[in-house]
Amino acid sequence: MNSKSLYQEVILDHNKKPRNYGTLDKASHHAVGHNPLCGDHLDIALNLEGELIDRIAFHGESCAICKASASMMTTVVKGKTREDAETLIKEFRDMATGALNLDAEHHLGRLTVFAGVRDLPTRVKCAILPWHTLHAALNSVTTTSTEAEDDPMHAAIGDA
Amino acid sequence: MKIIDSTLRPQFTSTFDVERIRAEFPILKLRIDDKPLVYLDNAASSQMPQPVIDRLVRYQTSQHANINRGVHYLSETATAEYEESRRKLQRFINAREDREVIFTSGTTDSINLVMHGYGRKFIGSGDEIILTTLEHHSNIVPWQMLAEEKGATIRVVPINDAGELLVDEYESLFTDRTKFVGVLHVSNALGTINPVKQMIAFAHARGVPVLVDGAQAAPHMNVDVQDLDCDFYAFSGHKMCGPTGIGILYGKAELLERMQPFKGGGDMILSVTFERTTYNSIPHKFEAGTPPIAPAVGLGAAVDYLSGIGMDAIAAYELQLLNYATEQMRDLPDVRIIGTAAAKTAVLSFEVKGVHPHDIGTLLNHEGVAVRTGHHCVQPVMLRLKVPATTRASFAFYNTMSEVDAFIAGIRTVQKIFT
Ligand SMILES: Cc1ncc(COP(=O)(O)O)c(C=O)c1O
Repeated sequence: MNSKSLYQEVILDHNKKPRNYGTLDKASHHAVGHNPLCGDHLDIALNLEGELIDRIAFHGESCAICKASASMMTTVVKGKTREDAETLIKEFRDMATGALNLDAEHHLGRLTVFAGVRDLPTRVKCAILPWHTLHAALNSVTTTSTEAEDDPMHAAIGDA
Repeated sequence: MKIIDSTLRPQFTSTFDVERIRAEFPILKLRIDDKPLVYLDNAASSQMPQPVIDRLVRYQTSQHANINRGVHYLSETATAEYEESRRKLQRFINAREDREVIFTSGTTDSINLVMHGYGRKFIGSGDEIILTTLEHHSNIVPWQMLAEEKGATIRVVPINDAGELLVDEYESLFTDRTKFVGVLHVSNALGTINPVKQMIAFAHARGVPVLVDGAQAAPHMNVDVQDLDCDFYAFSGHKMCGPTGIGILYGKAELLERMQPFKGGGDMILSVTFERTTYNSIPHKFEAGTPPIAPAVGLGAAVDYLSGIGMDAIAAYELQLLNYATEQMRDLPDVRIIGTAAAKTAVLSFEVKGVHPHDIGTLLNHEGVAVRTGHHCVQPVMLRLKVPATTRASFAFYNTMSEVDAFIAGIRTVQKIFT
């Protein structure tokens, strides 16, 4: 998959008309994700009813890949349990870093439109940031960063 | 959609034969995603022509040994080639003496050398260092480290919206505590050419030495350190057709002699006992350990190559590239050029409305066009001009007018994808 096919209709559409974009009046969990190397940031708020994510919203400043990833993520995890969301987070990260066998069983569904980022090392972080931030929110860490120690993509982006 | 009319391109005098020049750069024949490579990331690092590659091969296949102490043929040859390269660099920047030319690993290393060798010795508590908003992080961070260590203060020359230094403000920053000025000759992010000669004269009238970061100037224009009268001038080999791992610090001999060494080790000493070490004379005092000999020889070949074309011819051709690209870009809707100084090198930083630089960079790459996106190691500039990041196309003398066309067409494609 090449970089052009990454910018597919569905990704461009979610970038232009992001779903669940905005803030929540009442949120039980909240986190802000940063990519300090490009200045992008993402704010994710969600409300848990028992173990269920019953509402979720995001906003922020980011590239199309990040925004579309966040938008599609919110549509997919809404109504799912915390545990299911964590499974998706892990699978998405594995897909983006090339560690997931897409032919084996997984739960990503149409999120596989992002599989192409694994061939674009500098863009992997863009796709992962929303998922990283969701993970932080679910675990009630209020700020996170793509440069966090536990980030598999922890590495400096050079710039000259 | 506007069709690009090639008859609108500026016509060149036959003396600048860009096609003949391009033929000497093997990497320019690459194809990316089955499109011809359009390399517009020259401000980050330039490409290497065959004569420089050949020189590295010749050195490595018939001249290499460690330098200075050997009495055998290869050591003498390597030493002679290394020192010959120093003299080539001396001529390239018109330094008075070859001992004023120190081999470093690059601009960053050169600036750190001045910070440690000069700054730590002569700048103290309450003293002031003047830098500019346009500085690359490499000419900010070392001075912040020094300021923190010594209790000194950094004062910053502001810029206007075009990305030009406010020279009046610069002059008003001087006090009787001003001990040092650091200024970049050409901005890597915006291409602004700064009036360094005038700024140096002003500082000297107050007895203050000036370091010029020439990383983006040395590859693109004639640099004469005696004419500028700068005290230090730093630049990198890899931005001027040379190898990575090599750079230059020019310093006036009388200053270099008064400075303390930066790194301790072999070659920078005359004698060592555990009681006392006597330092070698300049430039060796600042070249501890085995230096990057092959890269130094390669850089000598690179400046021969550039001089063969002529720095004035390079500057004139690159200005035509800049003017043509700027004109083409101004015709694009929803595109804003960041950095519109009256005096510029061939650097175009820009924003496309509604499209993040990362997306532009990835999509241009798919068209074979290599640009850089991000903050370009100048976060204070980005903050001042209120742009989180830009896309930057930076040109070299081996770029062509049709590459400008390919670049502009690439931006149109990006805009089409995002509408
Ligand atoms: C203006 C300027 N100064 C300093 C540097 C640092 O050069 P180097 O990374 O070769 O040490 C660069 C290059 O990135 C630059 O553009």
